[in-house]
Amino acid sequence: MTKPLEVQGLGYRLPGKGKGETGNGRLLVHEVSFTVGAGETLVLLGRSGSGKTTTLKLINRLLEPTVGEVRVAGERAADLPVTRLRRRIGYVIQEVGLFPHFTVERNVGLVPRLDGWPPPRIATRVRDLLALVGLDSDTFARRYPHELSGGQRQRVGVARALAADPPLLLLDEPFGALDPITRVELQREFKALEGRLGKGMVFVTHDVREGLLLGTRIGLMLQGRLAFLGTPDEFRRSEHPECKAFMAAA
Amino acid sequence: MSLWDFYARNSQEVLGLVGQHLYLVAISTGAAIVIGVPLGILLTRRTAWRGPVLGVANVFQTVPSLALFGFLIPLPFIGGIGATTAIVALVLYALLPIVRNTYEGVTGVDPAVREAGRGMGMTDWQLLTQVELPLGFGVILAGVRVATVVSVGTATIAAAIGAGGLGVYIFRGVAVVDDTLILAGALPAALMALAADGLLGVAERRFAWRGK
Repeated sequence: MTKPLEVQGLGYRLPGKGKGETGNGRLLVHEVSFTVGAGETLVLLGRSGSGKTTTLKLINRLLEPTVGEVRVAGERAADLPVTRLRRRIGYVIQEVGLFPHFTVERNVGLVPRLDGWPPPRIATRVRDLLALVGLDSDTFARRYPHELSGGQRQRVGVARALAADPPLLLLDEPFGALDPITRVELQREFKALEGRLGKGMVFVTHDVREGLLLGTRIGLMLQGRLAFLGTPDEFRRSEHPECKAFMAAA
Repeated sequence: MSLWDFYARNSQEVLGLVGQHLYLVAISTGAAIVIGVPLGILLTRRTAWRGPVLGVANVFQTVPSLALFGFLIPLPFIGGIGATTAIVALVLYALLPIVRNTYEGVTGVDPAVREAGRGMGMTDWQLLTQVELPLGFGVILAGVRVATVVSVGTATIAAAIGAGGLGVYIFRGVAVVDDTLILAGALPAALMALAADGLLGVAERRFAWRGK
């Protein structure tokens, strides 16, 4: 079976001349390779500016890779029209980015609508997804994002990303902006969801505890490179100084 | 003679001038919207053009209106004496607020919302029509409101080049030093400006999504 995500030799250099350590021409991601199987969650862990988010954006081509290959469900990402590629990848960001002028229902149903699903099928799907993320459809479907709490908004964000049943989900610090109690609550629920969904996920965070809780594997990024890749247990035991630094912070 | 006596005796003429004035403002603002909104959208996609285009629009805004009317008269096709020249000048004035607010309305959309839209696979056109324009609509409308109010005022000067409108009374009143006559032109123009401001202001608040 083809894996949801295969990344081979991925690299990204800022456009422009020069090869300095800062500014134009700087190498942000270098020689990153990994695969993510169905039901697997790869956590990309690292400090700010280590290239985690950049790597994520290279996968759904919000940034175009300078070198390397990305395959989503077996297909070369570079060969697909960019909008089609992105509709097959769920995308969740820290700021959520719900459309403020759409109801919860329309927000969640966005990608199916773009893909031309018939409205009754979208309605059913939205109901199911809201239930999946723990929101009562009758209460929430017709609300606007500004009528929701931060935690509810991110639940909607996750539901929206799952709407068209993509094989792959990219999550960029999805719980980073939430208060500690809500964050733990959502982490726990997300943990329970992971196994049930059977999707490939790439989860970016700088919170090592979150990473160890949610990841089936941890990829540690350091200065644009994948410095470590292994299971949470291997990560805990690793002698790599950056792994130790993160474990000390946990 | 009081203002009310004046209106009572010249009601036909007053209504005619009000009609002309509305015509000048409606046509010029309409044309400025048709040109300005797409131009503003274009600038959001070709940001390098933003400086030059807004710069040129700014220059038109700084030219005194009477001088602009004068400059346009000798030009072929768009110039001459009459309403056409006045409308061209009014369009040039109305462009800046409309172009600028369209640009700002579209680019002012929360970057996270735009990133989410792009990340979910919306095409640029879908993003523009389903997200950026609806969310920026209030700001665009604010530009239209400013343009309309300015047009109502500037259109009074159009009388100087024979385009008619309420300026006819104002110029006549200035020429013969008659306050009533000046007021006869100025009052309806002011009311018109207030009405436009009020109505478009209501519409604008109706579409204000930000802040929520």
